[in-house]
Parts: sequence; structure tokens; C-alpha cells
Amino acid sequence: MGLLDKQFNDGNIVISTVDDVLNWARLSSLWQMSFGLACCAIEMMATSASHYDFDRFGVMPRPSPRQSDLIIISGTVTLKMATRIKRVYEQMPDPKYVISMGSCSNCGGPYWEHGYHVLKGIDRVIPVDVYVPGCPPRPEALLEGLLKLQDKIRKESLVKKSA
Amino acid sequence: MKTVEEIFELIKNKFPEAVFNLINTQPLDSYIEVSPLEVDKITFFLRDTEELLFDSLVLLSGVDDANGETKKDEDGGITITGGTLSVYYHLESTSLRHKVVLKASTPREKPEVVSVTEVWRCADWHEREAFDMVGIVFLNHPDLRRILLPYDWTAGYPLRKDYRNPEFYNGMKVPY
Repeated sequence: MGLLDKQFNDGNIVISTVDDVLNWARLSSLWQMSFGLACCAIEMMATSASHYDFDRFGVMPRPSPRQSDLIIISGTVTLKMATRIKRVYEQMPDPKYVISMGSCSNCGGPYWEHGYHVLKGIDRVIPVDVYVPGCPPRPEALLEGLLKLQDKIRKESLVKKSA
Repeated sequence: MKTVEEIFELIKNKFPEAVFNLINTQPLDSYIEVSPLEVDKITFFLRDTEELLFDSLVLLSGVDDANGETKKDEDGGITITGGTLSVYYHLESTSLRHKVVLKASTPREKPEVVSVTEVWRCADWHEREAFDMVGIVFLNHPDLRRILLPYDWTAGYPLRKDYRNPEFYNGMKVPY
């Protein structure tokens, strides 16, 4: 840390840019929507638990979309659920980020051909920042996905248009 | 405890018009073919007769027999006309420890089977699923709505063999 936790009255002044400070704050406290869909959600819960400890990256589950910065689409998205996910996503305040976890939410997974009820990729409904492959991905893979998202946020700018 | 043959004799004598055949499919469970419009009376009899006491409906499933005339369409799909849809009932008596399987076949063009929710309350959701997936209409059902698919699903019944996926559902593209 050491960026903001110094007080100014001891003579030490930290000079930074607004972009860096904002990005650092955002990427260090990505509160995720507590939301799980299928077997990937079990791996996501394992990632949140003490062994892999999502909280060391500042990720902690929030019970309301209005308090969340991140939604992890963890599992098979049925057509019926897709409309609900869209509504949850729209209730999240900006800036908001999406991790698509696992083959099902990336592209339909094993349901790609005969799944009459499955949406073939959550990116048909909401924009996705990071895709995590796997069926289901191991917790390490999800952590890697989170680090990729943090890298992406670190390069954001208030004035420059982000990709 | 009774064998399937003994159970068949009992209900055949009681309902000579509505009970058709005992189909032997060893080593699988043999099943008894019954009339779809008399199922409720037969199952009431199976539940309440002292020597049968079928108190448990283990499973109720809808099946597309696909035994009608199959026609290949230009787009690769198929259309089936005629033939039957069937409902299978797996019954068990928890006190007498015997089992039986019933099958009620109904024409594909007008698939109607009498509901058994009056006999076993658990049939409610099973019948709703058979209606949702195969499109069998259960007469006298208290609440025959779709159970798994969305209520505004208009594309048909997905577990029929000639089902075709829609191109879009609520603006979302469905095919891969």
C-alpha cells in the first residue's frame, strides 16, 4: 500500500495522478455480486473460502447489485435466467465489470448444439471484460482472471476512452 | 407382495375395457398398457385395494414414441404426423413392497390424459413437466402451466422428436 495511508501533516506528500489513485482504489476493492449459477459457483465459493482467499485481493461478496462492482457469471446461463442477469447487471452502478467464468457462460459449453434452453455465451446479453476458460475452472484460473481484470482496470483513464 | 402378472389379472378383471395388455420387456420392468382417459379410476383402484395398496407414485414421465409418419424437411429438421405420445407411471407399494409400471398412450394430434393428482398429490409437478417438455395435456389438472421453461415460451415442446429451436427468444439469438 503506502499510497494513501500516510497523513499529510508529517511532511510526507505523495504525488500521483488522479487516474492512478482512482484505478488503484477500484482494482483493490472489487466487491462482487454474490451470485452463482451452477457447478462453477462451487469453484467460485472455494475461491472465496480461506484456502484461496479472494478477500486478499479485496473481493468480497455483496448481497445487492447496487453495492457491487463486479459480477462473476459462474455457470450455465439459461434463456430464462439471461433476462434476470441483464436486469441485475443494469442495477449495478458504474463502473462495473463482468467476469465470464467457465465454458457455459463463455460460449454455451457442452450445451452448444442440443441445449434448447441455454444462451450460447453471456456476451450476447451483457458486455464481458474477462473470459475464464475451464469446465469448471480451478480456483487458480479464476484468480488469474481476476488479476487480468485488475490489469485492465489499472490501464483505465478518466480522459482517454477505454477499449 | 404380488407379481406383475397377478396385478394385471386383478385390474384386467376390474376394468376389462380400460386395461389392454401386459407387455413383457425382461429384464426391464414389464408394463401394463391402459386407456389414457381411465387412468384416474385405475390408479384409484390400485391405491385403495387392500391387496395392492400402491401408495407411492415413484415417477411419472412423458415420452415421445415417434412412431408416426416421419418426413424430412428441407432445413434438416423432421416433421412427425400421427403416432402416439405416452405417459409412464412407476408405482410402488411401500407396505407390500411390490411395483408396477403403467403406460398410457395418446394420439399425437390430440394428446390428452386424465390427471392423477387426485390420487397422488405429487403427480402435480410431474404432470406439469410432461406438459412443458412433451406437450401432453392432463385433463382435470388443477394448475397446468409450464414449470421449467419461461411462461412466454412459444416455440413448442422441446423434448418432442420433431422440435425445432427458434431463431430468437426475447431478442436473444438461440442457435450457436
